[in-house]
Amino acid sequence: MKVEQISIFLENKPGGLEKVTKILSDVNINIRTMAVADTSDFGIVRMIVNNVETATRVLKENGFTVSRTTVVAVEVPDRPGGLHSILEVIAKENVNIAYMYAFVEKSGENAVMLFRFDQQDKAIDVLVKNGINVLPGEKLYSF
Amino acid sequence: MIYNEEFETLPREVLEALQLKRLQQVVQRVYHTVGFYRTAFDEAGVKPDDIKSLADLARFPFTTKQDLRDNYPFGLFAVPMSSVVRLQASSGTTGRSTVVGYTKRDIDVWSELMARCFAAAGLNKNDIIHNAYGYGLFTGGLGAHYGAERLGASVIPMSGGNTKRQIMILQDFGPTAICCTPSYALNLAEQGRAMGVDMRNLKLRVGIFGAEPWSDKMRDDIESALNITALNIYGLSEVMGPGVSMECTEGRSGMHVFEDHFLIEIIDPETGSVLPYGEKGELVFTTITKEAFPLIRFRSRDITTLNIAPCRCGRTHVRMDRVMGRSDDMLIIRGVNVFPSQIEAVLLNIEGVEPHYQLIVERVDTLDTIEVQVEVSEKLMDESEGEVRVLQNMERRIVKDMKDYLGISAKVKMVEPKSLQRFEGKASRVIDKRQI
Repeated sequence: MKVEQISIFLENKPGGLEKVTKILSDVNINIRTMAVADTSDFGIVRMIVNNVETATRVLKENGFTVSRTTVVAVEVPDRPGGLHSILEVIAKENVNIAYMYAFVEKSGENAVMLFRFDQQDKAIDVLVKNGINVLPGEKLYSF
Repeated sequence: MIYNEEFETLPREVLEALQLKRLQQVVQRVYHTVGFYRTAFDEAGVKPDDIKSLADLARFPFTTKQDLRDNYPFGLFAVPMSSVVRLQASSGTTGRSTVVGYTKRDIDVWSELMARCFAAAGLNKNDIIHNAYGYGLFTGGLGAHYGAERLGASVIPMSGGNTKRQIMILQDFGPTAICCTPSYALNLAEQGRAMGVDMRNLKLRVGIFGAEPWSDKMRDDIESALNITALNIYGLSEVMGPGVSMECTEGRSGMHVFEDHFLIEIIDPETGSVLPYGEKGELVFTTITKEAFPLIRFRSRDITTLNIAPCRCGRTHVRMDRVMGRSDDMLIIRGVNVFPSQIEAVLLNIEGVEPHYQLIVERVDTLDTIEVQVEVSEKLMDESEGEVRVLQNMERRIVKDMKDYLGISAKVKMVEPKSLQRFEGKASRVIDKRQI
């Protein structure tokens, strides 16, 4: 039920991200969505791509520090209180969110958010039990 | 003013005769009390009796900082611990710092030499001395303190840091003299101005600055910012601490080395051969009166020149110029001595840090800064908590360890893998951008 994400370390300097997109574009990788977590001197680029294996390999070959982690893709009703209804369930179970970002396409009428929880399996369990739709990775890689 | 008129103005030939007598005694003594010197002299094929003139010292082996570390902590002491009344030390990572001991008489001599320095700066018992050198294992604070008391001046034992409070004391207590590092003097001036204090109209008249390299340009800046006379002092903990040599107000050109207590040579750092006066080379010290921790031909690694020309102040002691550099890679960051190898030891003790790093030393405004650049590794990225947090924790850990083990405030920057220069052979990991 989890989605594979790659994280790339980047120094905070001009042209840093451009190098990454060039490398991925050269091997025909499609970036499905991405987010940047930044500090004063470095950033972590997190992305979902259509081919995790290839993306990781080519980035490493080009000297980047890359790690593969998983996130949970959750359908969020596109209406007032939509996100809140999900966070309520999570908070009640004392699950913590390390970070989250949005997927760029909708799933039907719903938005899609990507979460990194401190207890991933428990979070998925709780969400499913509460009738919230958790999307499998394959769905996001290709859509 | 000259504190010890008799000894500071001895005619050269009388001074040299005194030096020879004292040198012969100390060489005899270390040969019989310190195993390290006995072995070193025997290996070099020299005996204490070989010292017939001062020039004979050149046949004796050097003592290096590494020798001091190898004999850590008390291996080079020439008296039993019962005679040692004080221990001081330089910073070190794994306990391998340099430890120096003093007998009661050593402290007495040190106090007198520091009193000589204050007198050379025109101070007397009517002065109030603001001592902002750090108190503790570092020799600066206590060395200056004892000298000020010996002179009979009133000493304010400020120690370092707490700049706002220092500025308040400077206004309220009205000290007439200040001792600290030259960069800290500029920092005080700047922060005082920012607080709205008229730093040019304090009671301060003179500053005694040392423990780090500085320039005539900095001297001008300090003098105009604080409206004082700025003088240069020199010392090193191995030899004694501050007060090995001092500039006089009359000459203001070079620091008089108190030659009745220290023999000074200048050598070619490559060949080790002794150079004549006036030539640039490395200072080598032999202590001729110290009891607890005598040193024979200690290589200071400080590069400068010696000037034997008579000084208008009347002192006959040779003058050394400002320290122009080092013959090793030691860095002085805000008065703290640190070797790149010590920084490396701290870094490599932290799990997940790659052995590729670079040190950037700069002077920003008036203060030295050191940035440690470390390459990230995949180990640091592979974490469930979120990579940013893991990396930031790592940065904090490095900053803390630098402070705890080395006493330096470093900035840490994580850089991309393989982005730092790789070295074949001797790595040069320090980029010193300071223009002092």
